[in-house]
Amino acid sequence: MLAKRIVPCLDVRDGRVVKGKQFKNIQDVDDPVKLGKYYSDQLADELVFYDITASYEKRNIFIDVVRAVAEAINIPFTIGGGIRTVDDFHQVLRAGADKVSVNSAAVRRPELIREAAERYGSQCVVLSIDAKKDGQGSWQVYVDGGRKNTGLDVMAWAKQGVALGAGEICINSMDADGEKTGFDLQLNHALSAALPVPIIASGGAGTMQDFKAVFDAGADAALAASVFHFGQISIPELKTYLQGQGIPMRGAEE
Amino acid sequence: MKIAIIDYEIGNLANVYNAWRRLGQDPVITRDPQVIREAALVELPGVGAIRDAMANLQKFDLIPLLQEEVKAGKFFMGVCLGMHALFERDFEGGTYDCLGFLPGDVVPFETKLKVPHMGWNELEFRKANHWLRQGLPAHPYVYFVHSYHKSPADTPDVIATAEYDGPVPAICGIDNVLGMQFHPEKSGRVGAQLLQNVVDYVQKG
Repeated sequence: MLAKRIVPCLDVRDGRVVKGKQFKNIQDVDDPVKLGKYYSDQLADELVFYDITASYEKRNIFIDVVRAVAEAINIPFTIGGGIRTVDDFHQVLRAGADKVSVNSAAVRRPELIREAAERYGSQCVVLSIDAKKDGQGSWQVYVDGGRKNTGLDVMAWAKQGVALGAGEICINSMDADGEKTGFDLQLNHALSAALPVPIIASGGAGTMQDFKAVFDAGADAALAASVFHFGQISIPELKTYLQGQGIPMRGAEE
Repeated sequence: MKIAIIDYEIGNLANVYNAWRRLGQDPVITRDPQVIREAALVELPGVGAIRDAMANLQKFDLIPLLQEEVKAGKFFMGVCLGMHALFERDFEGGTYDCLGFLPGDVVPFETKLKVPHMGWNELEFRKANHWLRQGLPAHPYVYFVHSYHKSPADTPDVIATAEYDGPVPAICGIDNVLGMQFHPEKSGRVGAQLLQNVVDYVQKG
């Protein structure tokens, strides 16, 4: 039976891992290769490395990180942040990434999704969406690190993204992000029910029960950062707990 | 051990290369006939569409060479799309004749579940004492990403399956030909153990 996935996310700036609470108060955590290897040994199912380096000129530092991660770890990993063109896809895939996540650039030019999917296959195109409640029962798409409301409806944009060729949707709830009060279950349920591709839930993980709840809501994978980085939740314990709750998990007993 | 990873411009070969390196092997990404002949093991990787895969094998004149090598007993391993190429026909976006080293066809998933079949799924071995099981945990999970699969699932070449709205052939093989539908290079410790088992098997002769 296909297992649900636990996905630690590592924000990387200038080649180092950082984590921000709602994109602020960033603290240094560790070396991306070491931390990636650590999580892989802990039986994380997948990793996301998100480049938050402000300057485009320092991009080569990040590509070196991607290459070093690919040499060291043997589980799938996704690269996000600063992906604007098909050539950016090419660079990180050639460095060894398995998937590439796009966010703001795809909103600005949706054809990017189609071009990347046609060239490299839908399986490596992840559409990442920053979603915020609009107070009327739906969600709006934000871009530029959550600073700008596009006015787009999340459900409509996710559907369009899949039609263009996105192979997965990573949905980040801005309302829940950094709060540790649980994933946005309604949002994840709505997307899982409506879309034929896997949904990666992001934003809000605080307890092991939060993971159980979002998998029950239909998410295929759950992404978190600080609960793992600061040791509040250990991945092996989380997997044992979820397996005990009847959620299919890869090798808690391995 | 010298391992030839066939470079036929289909998908990303860096991860396949890295996996063999981590096991202390000597992989080379190549389509040089001499290097392929000298290798102890030949791997056909691949991510993408079968149409391009078969067209490129043809374009680089690799098909007669691979047929010769397999006939002479060379261990030949196909992974993901490379596994699909081992069968007789593939129905991905048309009908394509493949290498025919293993019996059966490759067909699209017909399921209400999400396609591609993507993520970690458990291997269920059809053959209790198969050499590939050496050192594996009781519930070996491996990483799949595919929208087409080998059919049928009950022929003698099927070594292991994974459950996804029915049994999906995950490992197929006869004699010196082996196919893995999942990505051993991305399947953590289990994947590394499977590749090590292949090395041990080839080295024993």
